[in-house]
Amino acid sequence: MEEGNKLIITVLGKDRIGIIAGISNILAEANVNILDINQTILQGFFTMTMVVDNKNSSLDITTLREKLSKKGEQLGLQITTQHEDIFKYMHRI
Amino acid sequence: MQFSVSKEEVLETVKMLQAENLDIRTITMGINILDCYADSGEKIGQKIYEKIVNSASNLVTVGEDIAKKYGIPIVNKRVSITPLAMLVNNLPADEVVIIGKYLDKAASAIGIDFLGGFSALVHKGFTKGDIALISAIPETLATTERVCSSVNVATTKAGINMDAVLMMGQIIKDTAKLTQDRDGIGCAKLVVFCNAAEDNPFMAGAFHGQGEPETTINIGVSGPGVVLNAVKKHPTADFGTLANIIKNTAFKITRTGELVGREASEKLGVPFGIIDLSLAPTPAIGDSVADILEAMGLERVGTHGSTAALAMLNDAIKKGGAMASSYVGGLSGAFIPVSEDEGMIRALNAGSLTFDKLEAMTSVCSVGLDMVAIAGDTTADTIAAIIADEAAIGMINRKTTAVRIIPAPNKNEGDIVEFGGLLGRAPVMKTNQFSATSFVNRQGRIPAPIHSLNN
Repeated sequence: MEEGNKLIITVLGKDRIGIIAGISNILAEANVNILDINQTILQGFFTMTMVVDNKNSSLDITTLREKLSKKGEQLGLQITTQHEDIFKYMHRI
Repeated sequence: MQFSVSKEEVLETVKMLQAENLDIRTITMGINILDCYADSGEKIGQKIYEKIVNSASNLVTVGEDIAKKYGIPIVNKRVSITPLAMLVNNLPADEVVIIGKYLDKAASAIGIDFLGGFSALVHKGFTKGDIALISAIPETLATTERVCSSVNVATTKAGINMDAVLMMGQIIKDTAKLTQDRDGIGCAKLVVFCNAAEDNPFMAGAFHGQGEPETTINIGVSGPGVVLNAVKKHPTADFGTLANIIKNTAFKITRTGELVGREASEKLGVPFGIIDLSLAPTPAIGDSVADILEAMGLERVGTHGSTAALAMLNDAIKKGGAMASSYVGGLSGAFIPVSEDEGMIRALNAGSLTFDKLEAMTSVCSVGLDMVAIAGDTTADTIAAIIADEAAIGMINRKTTAVRIIPAPNKNEGDIVEFGGLLGRAPVMKTNQFSATSFVNRQGRIPAPIHSLNN
């Protein structure tokens, strides 16, 4: 199996206009490709998980994580960026 | 490859990391130092210093890189070495103290907070090196910052070396005295073991055992907060269901450790040893093992039922952990240190947790009487008797037990002892006031127990 280059971005918080736009802008600038988006809104509470490929990313994971997290603060959301392996290890053998 | 983890699973993991303090508690690199033999403390010290710095120079960087990559905190990076007593057979104690200073320097040079292995294994008897090392413990712990010491005084196969137990009672007193300006903090870096684990990555009791390879990576995973939240969600589940919930959680925590361990081992070019899945509390709120026991239904830890609750928790953690990794080792279970766990301190202050109940609980948890502060005027004989009791529990039950006890100078029952940082703070516990002097001074060994007629 080739080394995983996928990251999982999660977004939690109150729904508002411009969440996906704000995040995908940062990703596009960093040359990170979005592979999958899954979003739900339950009683005004927004949850989204996004699978992205950062194989050709211009930013390392730490910088990308900080940028997204800062964007989250601006939008009043919690945004986390994690390597896919941690989810695979934790939930699959 | 398609990413196949569900959204619920993703959110569960994120919650563990963000809100429940899931972390990798330690990456501990074991290093064999038997090739550092020389004819003086100075020379041995220099050789060990070089070996540690050469072998573990990038341990901290690799740890930090992995933490960044996965967004999971790796709290401590540490080193354990072969029990030093094996190298100092021809040296007087004051030269062993010099080696201790080199160990401290090596730890500082590679940027780690603790280094374990200022140790001796004396369950059957003493070598000259063992005596020299043990005599050097008080001064070493008083004059170094990062060196941790442990002495194994008993095993199930050998029995209890009561001469060593008595000696350690005095050594603990001496260590407290030499660090009396800091509430006897030297004793927080000293563990007396029965059935010590050779691959334990947790301080202060880590050392690189005789059966270990040249170097190895052992991982300590924790996560009381994660287990606490899982238990809290099911306040009325029956015991079978509750055990399954704990096992499931322990499994997930251990898998995270496996990921980090494999990667650390590859990046450092050092064989992967074991994962130690221990619920190791910290003074942080929500990072408490006592809280888990209370969430299981106890009003306060220490009340009747505490031993049963802890036994179940400890066993479920081991079962979940064992499923998650091929190589689980070390101590693997629930730690119940007093000073490092807010819930334990709360129970002590409320009068629910007593010394005797704590001792009973150690018979079913991993480790033993850990970070317990007692009155400064407790005699060496009484401390020896406390060690003997704990060693007996370990010997008979074929498990590791340990005593890390602090007779805090000039403190009495109810006073607060402050250690700071991860070591926390503890109220001084009441011990039994009657003497065991004639018993602990009998000399010799308590014979190894019979392995049949189990009743």
